[in-house]
Amino acid sequence: MALLEVHDLVVRFDTHHGTVRAVDGVSFALQEGETLGLVGESGSGKSVTNLALMGLVPQPPGVIESGSVLYEGSDLLKLSAPKMQALRGNEISMIFQDPMTSLNPLLTIGRQLAEVLEVHRGLGRKQARESCAKALGDVGIPEPESRLDQYPHEMSGGMRQRIMIAMALLCDPRVLIADEPTTALDVTIQAQILELMRDLQQRRGTAIILITHDLGVVAGMSDRVHVMYAGRLVEAAATVDLFRDPRHPYTAGLLDSIPRLSTSEVEPLKSIAGQPPDLAALPAGCAFAPRCEQAISSCNEAVPLLESIEQATATSPRLAACPLTNSEARS
Amino acid sequence: MSAALLEVTNLKKHFPAGETTVLGGRKGRLRAVDGVSFSLEAGQCLGLVGESGCGKSTVARTLVGLQRATSGSIKLDGQELAGLSQRHWLPYRRRIQMIFQDPYASLDPRQTVASILGEPAKIHGLAKPRERKLLAMRLLEVVGLNPRHINRYPHEFSGGQRQRIGIARALALEPQVLICDEPVSALDVSIQAQIINLLDELKERFSLAYLFIAHDLAVVRHISDSVAVMYLGKVVEQAPRDELFEAPLHPYTRALLSAVPLPDPEQERARERIVLSGDVPSPLSPPPGCAFEPRCPRRAEVPGDRCKRESPQLEALAPSSSRRRACFLENSWGKIQDCQK
Repeated sequence: MALLEVHDLVVRFDTHHGTVRAVDGVSFALQEGETLGLVGESGSGKSVTNLALMGLVPQPPGVIESGSVLYEGSDLLKLSAPKMQALRGNEISMIFQDPMTSLNPLLTIGRQLAEVLEVHRGLGRKQARESCAKALGDVGIPEPESRLDQYPHEMSGGMRQRIMIAMALLCDPRVLIADEPTTALDVTIQAQILELMRDLQQRRGTAIILITHDLGVVAGMSDRVHVMYAGRLVEAAATVDLFRDPRHPYTAGLLDSIPRLSTSEVEPLKSIAGQPPDLAALPAGCAFAPRCEQAISSCNEAVPLLESIEQATATSPRLAACPLTNSEARS
Repeated sequence: MSAALLEVTNLKKHFPAGETTVLGGRKGRLRAVDGVSFSLEAGQCLGLVGESGCGKSTVARTLVGLQRATSGSIKLDGQELAGLSQRHWLPYRRRIQMIFQDPYASLDPRQTVASILGEPAKIHGLAKPRERKLLAMRLLEVVGLNPRHINRYPHEFSGGQRQRIGIARALALEPQVLICDEPVSALDVSIQAQIINLLDELKERFSLAYLFIAHDLAVVRHISDSVAVMYLGKVVEQAPRDELFEAPLHPYTRALLSAVPLPDPEQERARERIVLSGDVPSPLSPPPGCAFEPRCPRRAEVPGDRCKRESPQLEALAPSSSRRRACFLENSWGKIQDCQK
């Protein structure tokens, strides 16, 4: 059984420009101990999906229209605020993108970390402090004891992101949601943080949802990848299969449009024509159809469903929301 | 060697920093750029890479005269620019233009596109109002936008389209040199490729010289002819593109390349990774010797703590070689012979 199951999640925002369905019918399951990559461009709904899992969608303007998030037999979307609070940061925790703004500048590192343990574990100050020092040591911070008395501004970006990770892991969560955890960091620091996440996952068996726009990060970190476009999942596959043989035209276009470090080709890059869609005015059919080279007239009529195309590997079925790909696979 | 269009020699930019003195001055010096030299030729692109804080944006801002160099020389077609006053710099400014990183912050939200694109010509007194409108339309066409959109405001365009407007503005005065400071890093992947292709095409069409600053090494490899790697205010390695990417000779370049995640799961899992420990040191108190020494995985191979005491100079590997490196290590990677073919 899956650790976390999301069914048909729909999150709507009522804005001045009209109603925007940031997440429109997303379903997926997260298995114990795996890393699931969630890829998409800005506005594709990947962050909002995960804010919904954590009960952090601001309401209003956000409205969770429908769907369910099953965790240990209960629907997280229906939990009361205190119950959700008990879960959040405890069994399901999150690392945010920007280490510069997601720590409280007025509190010492030690205070911010200890609060987590005092709230969720009921530890006393002294005990909490000891556990925090150990947690900082675990994420590779030298002299953790003295770091506890420092403020966030006294540390570099990489160091702050380590503290965010240490904080997220304090209660040994079963699910860790990492929303662009390395996007704000330099590559050499990014490499350190990714190495740290791999290592922690191996030791603790935490299941990770990794949200990113960087296909390189996904390739190295995740077991399976889901691709989102305009609020919907358009392709799901095991990482190796997805990169070797992308089935949705958008995924294929994305992979073609990134320059490669390992080759010196001088040909122009293959880009995806057009602009990302305006979520307040989506076309009636497939949201990608206006930019899709293979689109036919029927693409503009109905939203394609995410369907199984084949049984690629026993553990991970392949899904794509494109009737063209799907009919090819069947014939 | 053909005469370079832009010749930068031993460029330094220091900022006052650190503790305040009684009279309001500062005691320390932040050496943001500390002796950088390179040259640009027409139709060529030099990639400048490095991590945040290494001084690459300061180089860019100094070259377009947004900041005055502390010392060193910036020669455009033989004419010395460093040390010129704002007013005397003005006639040269149209020949070196800049494209900025953030297409949301670099366009005035209250100006129409016609006004944004016409302003450079207005300031330089090059065109009458009517001509400026035509110029704006022509520029939009050059960068692949609809010329009928000149009366729109920036917020009516998407990020990629705004970056095209930023590029059009930089081209308005028909410059010879374009300084591109992270021109695609704020854009989505599918739009990045469009802008990179546009920049490539414009370079050929108008034989522009680019200084292309980016932290994304794959983008730099795609667009550049040669590449310089900066660390803490200094260039540590410079080489023709393929030589640098296939056989990097400075330990920092090697670590940087190995840290880039590859969008290919099989390659990504099989490769050898050099994970550097620690952070970039503060430029306020750089290490006395080689700036990279505290993080260098190979420092033990240089005898007698030389890296701790002396700062290595950027030197050509052979008298005729275009490869330059600032490191005391022997060239023991064995690939050097292949590279000098």
